[in-house]
Amino acid sequence: MERIPILKMGPFLLVTIQIDLYDRLALTLENDLINMVSQTGARGVLIDISAVSIVDSFMGRILGNIASMSRIMDAETVVVGMQPAVAITLVELGLTLQGVHTALNVEKGMELLNTKLIGNLEQDEEEEEDQNDRND
Amino acid sequence: MEIVREQDVVPFRNRVREFSTRIGMSLVNQTKLITAASELVRNMLKYASGGKVILEIISHNAKTGVRLTFKDEGPGIADIALAMRDGFSTGRSLGLGLPGAKRLVNEFDLKSNPGEGTTVTVIHWKHGR
Ligand SMILES: Nc1ncnc2c1ncn2[C@@H]1O[C@H](COP(=O)(O)OP(=O)(O)O)[C@@H](O)[C@H]1O
Ligand SMILES: [Mg+2]
Repeated sequence: MERIPILKMGPFLLVTIQIDLYDRLALTLENDLINMVSQTGARGVLIDISAVSIVDSFMGRILGNIASMSRIMDAETVVVGMQPAVAITLVELGLTLQGVHTALNVEKGMELLNTKLIGNLEQDEEEEEDQNDRND
Repeated sequence: MEIVREQDVVPFRNRVREFSTRIGMSLVNQTKLITAASELVRNMLKYASGGKVILEIISHNAKTGVRLTFKDEGPGIADIALAMRDGFSTGRSLGLGLPGAKRLVNEFDLKSNPGEGTTVTVIHWKHGR
């Protein structure tokens, strides 16, 4: 069966969508990504859609699902490279990609994930300290 | 063009792109029309197990555009006003297909009778107005 490859880059997963996905392929990707986040403990998912020319409500829902499932497992999702025509169309369609961060390109997306990772680590530490204070 | 399975969606979208390119429609307008078409063809597959789409290039008052007619013989829509509402779905999806498609194209017409099927006609002009 045809699949979209998922790359592991340090604590993040990277997916580049090269074609306009048909439904089954998109659903397979959703499943594969969620499984891989849970198996690898990845802290971020980066989805490059710069080659995607159409995002309809079906595709939008899949991106939203990936983000909300990943968040449950402590990973943030960034969609990068959305074509301007696609962005304009999504607004009129009425679709808001809830829980999905966006960035201009892969590099900026990585930066964003790194900042979030550091932010989250600090938060974790603070929580731990609070815990320790309480234990004292 | 016959639409009977999920794999027909991407080739159909490519046909719509061909038609819009042929009349010199801008990329943003093409994207709007194709996205609307994608929503309508998905509905046809999901709620009526498929149907037919007629693609045409039309001219009216010195305007050129693409007209798409989606015709199915599915269960039809009992309450059209309700189906056109943002967020209404009987398929546990986002409920943005019909209202969103209407916003994306210049002209939108939906005719449906329960038990007789649904016909949706959309027109998008070359310059998006
Ligand atoms: N071709 C159709 N035949 C029968 N019912 C339809 C058709 N298209 C849409 N509907 C009905 O209209 C509702 C709204 O459609 P839509 O706005 O596309 O949202 P969604 O597809 O997410 O449910 C659907 O849930 C369905 O009940
Ligand atoms: Mg729909």
